[in-house]
Amino acid sequence: MINKSVLILAGLASGPVLGGVISGFDRILTARFQSRIGPPLLQPFYDVIKLLGKEKVVVNVWQAFCVNAYLTAASIATALFFLRSDLLLILFIQAVGAVFLVVGAFSSTSPYSQAGAHRELLQMLCYEPLLILISVGIYFQTGSFKIESVDAMNQPLLLKLPFLFVVLSFVLTIKLRKSPFDLSTSHHAHQELVKGLLTDYSGPLLALTEIAHWYETVLLLGFCSLFWTTNPIGALLLVGITYLGEIWIDNVSARMNWRWMLGYGWGMGMALSLVNLVWLYAR
Amino acid sequence: MFKKIMTKARMQSPWMLHFDCGSCNGCDIEVLACLTPVYDVERFGIINTGNPMHADIFLVTGTVNHRNQKVLRNLYDQIPDPKVVVAIGACGLTGGIFREAWNVIGGVDKVIPVDVYVPGCPAKPEAIIDGVVLGLEKFRGKAETAESISANDFEEEAPCREK
Ligand code: SF4
Repeated sequence: MINKSVLILAGLASGPVLGGVISGFDRILTARFQSRIGPPLLQPFYDVIKLLGKEKVVVNVWQAFCVNAYLTAASIATALFFLRSDLLLILFIQAVGAVFLVVGAFSSTSPYSQAGAHRELLQMLCYEPLLILISVGIYFQTGSFKIESVDAMNQPLLLKLPFLFVVLSFVLTIKLRKSPFDLSTSHHAHQELVKGLLTDYSGPLLALTEIAHWYETVLLLGFCSLFWTTNPIGALLLVGITYLGEIWIDNVSARMNWRWMLGYGWGMGMALSLVNLVWLYAR
Repeated sequence: MFKKIMTKARMQSPWMLHFDCGSCNGCDIEVLACLTPVYDVERFGIINTGNPMHADIFLVTGTVNHRNQKVLRNLYDQIPDPKVVVAIGACGLTGGIFREAWNVIGGVDKVIPVDVYVPGCPAKPEAIIDGVVLGLEKFRGKAETAESISANDFEEEAPCREK
């Protein structure tokens, strides 16, 4: 019991702490890629604290509710992940949170917010099936959707599900809002729609969406680490290399349109998943 | 303690909104130059947001005229408190070489309260960064006294503004 509560607390703390540090690293690395020095490591924390202290401007009540729902869902999903719970449950809760973010953006009349929300829905349409397929692959391999059974494996999943890992890194690019898939909202001001989805979230509400995004980052990187559970160094290396790859792709590519994303995402993603699943099945 | 952390965070993370209020684009090029790798203002946590709802620092270049004063005021009102306004260039300060034009009201401070004035035609990127840093100092003052002037307070004081 005590063990469990410690795990839940670790899960809840991981978003605001680990997520923020990861985001700080990301910004420094991105700046270095662009031959700049970049902000200090703690910059994301400064940003969020400042936003929490700004005047609260709420466009409508729905939006405030949706932000809180998004944050709650993202934190619960991360806590459940730390509890090594059911993968499908975690994905479902995370998806509910993401839908709330979109509903919040739809509830404002700003055209930027609306366009961003539409694109976010398309992004979800693209990555949710892929996430489910990855879970199915894990189920085929371990015989259960529980993360505990992944931990019990004596061989890294990556060796059995290499293509599904590629699909996961694809999903990661979309979820972390990296180019070429930062359609709905972006970290860099060089796009045709910069903040899109987040246009009308401001001050404390924007801070909450940022914290929720940190939770999601931790959750998805945790998902990556499932592919190498046999030793922690391997897991860390795998996650680190994947994340570096994401930052690299973000900096070398431009934003694509949603048609390209859906076509490529579904075409490549589903094909790779299918090949991997058939391979597992045939063995 | 809490106040100290908040002030530190505010000083470290000024997100800016840049508005070209009828400038000749000379000053705008210099503002954007601050964001390039040469000056790299992201070192100080400054991000160009392009969205008044997210901004803390309002950089205004160029003269104000009867048309765009509404836009300027609207943008100012949309920035949540606390905020700092930096007027840039001779035009932003007084109307510059356009001050005699029939449609020009004058500097930015004829319409909204300005905290920092950055002179120059065009203002140098170094001067603009200096101005922003000076503006941050005002943040400290503002954060401690929790005082800010709203555009409406200012309305009565502006003698040249046409109703
Ligand atoms: S101050 Fe000079 S450079 Fe700047 S907008 Fe006016 S005329 Fe152009």
